[in-house]
Amino acid sequence: MMEPQHGDRPHLPGPSLYPIAFAAGVACILVGLIVSPLIIAPIGAGIAVFFGYLWARDATKEYRRTPAPIEPEGAGTDLVTAPPPPPEAAMAEPEPGERFPRSRFLEASTLGLGAVIGGLVTIPVIGFMVVPPFKGQGYPTVDLGPLENFPEGKWLITTFAEHPDQGLVSHRTVFVRNNGLLNNEPSFTIIWNRCVHLGCPVQPNGPVQPDQKKVVTVSKIQQISLTPTLPAGGFGCPCHGGQYDPEGNRTAGPPVRALNRYNYSIVNGRLVLGTPYSVSHVDGTGKDARIHAYKLAGPGMHVDGWEQIFYPVQPPH
Amino acid sequence: MAVAPTRPKKSPGRQKLEAAVNYPLDWLEERSGLIGGLKYFLFRKVPGDTNWFHTLGSATLTAFLVQAVTGVILAMYYKPDPNSAYQSINHITNDLTLGWLVRGMHKWGASVFIILLFFHMARVFLFGAYKYPRELNWIIGVFLLVFGMLEGFTGYLLPWDQTAYWATVVGINLNGTAPILGPFLADFLRSGAEIGPDTLARFYSLHMLIIPGAIFALIGLHLYLVVRLGVTSPPWSREAAGGLSAGADYEPERDGNGRAGLTQQRARGTR
Repeated sequence: MMEPQHGDRPHLPGPSLYPIAFAAGVACILVGLIVSPLIIAPIGAGIAVFFGYLWARDATKEYRRTPAPIEPEGAGTDLVTAPPPPPEAAMAEPEPGERFPRSRFLEASTLGLGAVIGGLVTIPVIGFMVVPPFKGQGYPTVDLGPLENFPEGKWLITTFAEHPDQGLVSHRTVFVRNNGLLNNEPSFTIIWNRCVHLGCPVQPNGPVQPDQKKVVTVSKIQQISLTPTLPAGGFGCPCHGGQYDPEGNRTAGPPVRALNRYNYSIVNGRLVLGTPYSVSHVDGTGKDARIHAYKLAGPGMHVDGWEQIFYPVQPPH
Repeated sequence: MAVAPTRPKKSPGRQKLEAAVNYPLDWLEERSGLIGGLKYFLFRKVPGDTNWFHTLGSATLTAFLVQAVTGVILAMYYKPDPNSAYQSINHITNDLTLGWLVRGMHKWGASVFIILLFFHMARVFLFGAYKYPRELNWIIGVFLLVFGMLEGFTGYLLPWDQTAYWATVVGINLNGTAPILGPFLADFLRSGAEIGPDTLARFYSLHMLIIPGAIFALIGLHLYLVVRLGVTSPPWSREAAGGLSAGADYEPERDGNGRAGLTQQRARGTR
């Protein structure tokens, strides 16, 4: 019987530097994940595993030593690190030479078979949950109608269905301006209305003329609406106040880059929307603009500058 | 468990009544032990100086059960489809008998649940009830808080109105700005590169099946540890857990399971 006043003392671990080294290893993993997932992070993992092992050894030192004297002479006395747990020893005295008793074989095979069956059921289910969002993603081309609907120098709020079969949920808006001819070919500025802060819909900072709205029926399920606007003040986001100039450059507020744009093509005299891409900034205006284009990135992600190291890989789009 | 005559005088009618009441209980107890287990859970010993602050945990549990019950009923009428979700919510609120009430309970009860969670957490923190040996229960509580927040995030989309839609757009894109894996997390949440028909069904499944299941399981663990480790006294208690100030009748357990001095031995009524 110990003194009751000291009842809690054995539960307090002794002072040790291992946890600190372990924490340093974990910190190294986290830094490595950002800086260099292939070199620094594994080194950190090695440090964490090594010192975690030492820490666990250190912390369980007393517990591992105590059973040793209880053991009868022979097996176990030299194995300080892993003495066999007492219940099993008491349960069945194996025959001399019998190293794998039947009960232990049945135990292992039950657990192993259970794990295999569980894995066979679980892995496809988890795959079904995780994989589809990353497969077959992309941006279909959209026919925006004949070029005559886009007068030179005019901004048009253009709405369309990205996937007409999905209904209103795929409703999208772009701002289209015909820049006139460039090298004898029509030039367009097509800015996506998705704010590059957190994805709200940006609005033109200027009058909108809904009375001059035009609806072009492209197919049974695809209708394009064209509403003239005069975004003299560029574009602004209602959610958190991000502001952009008419070329989509950020001028104020929380956005980290310029508004996304769309590729386009001219097919049989019709404007066809291509895939979207991200823009860090635009020099110049109109058809003379020099666009610093990048692969499409989500809202709030840096595409240039040192912050781009936070987003080294984008999901397949 | 025969009917024990505890009172001196009992009319034959009363004895018959007691026997009739006790018979099914005894039948169940003999075959399952559930009655004894329930009694053990309900009438376990707690420190004599517990107070109203100790009821915040069960208040949170009650709020969660209200959410579970009202949510299950709402699921009978709600349609997680982009073209009919908003109309089905309108139908619940305006047409169906007492739908406005049940939806209101679910909507406002969500805030009550989160607020009570934080009050409960504050109580545990300020009373020092997270300390040894209850650290694990604090950690489980943190997971419960996280899952509670996820319930709020996924449930907010379901009305499928402008507020719901754009708040979820912003919420998903916030997740997307996390370094390295953020873009993948965002695609996983919205079930693709863009919000589409699958997004609503995915949030619905997360909101009413996956996350509540996890919460139920964690609440079970949480309660198990509460029962096993006992309730802490307030910090101003004169008999803090393990203290032996005036315990003539106190015999510390030394049964080798490491629990000596952890729980209050003297409960209300025994002093």
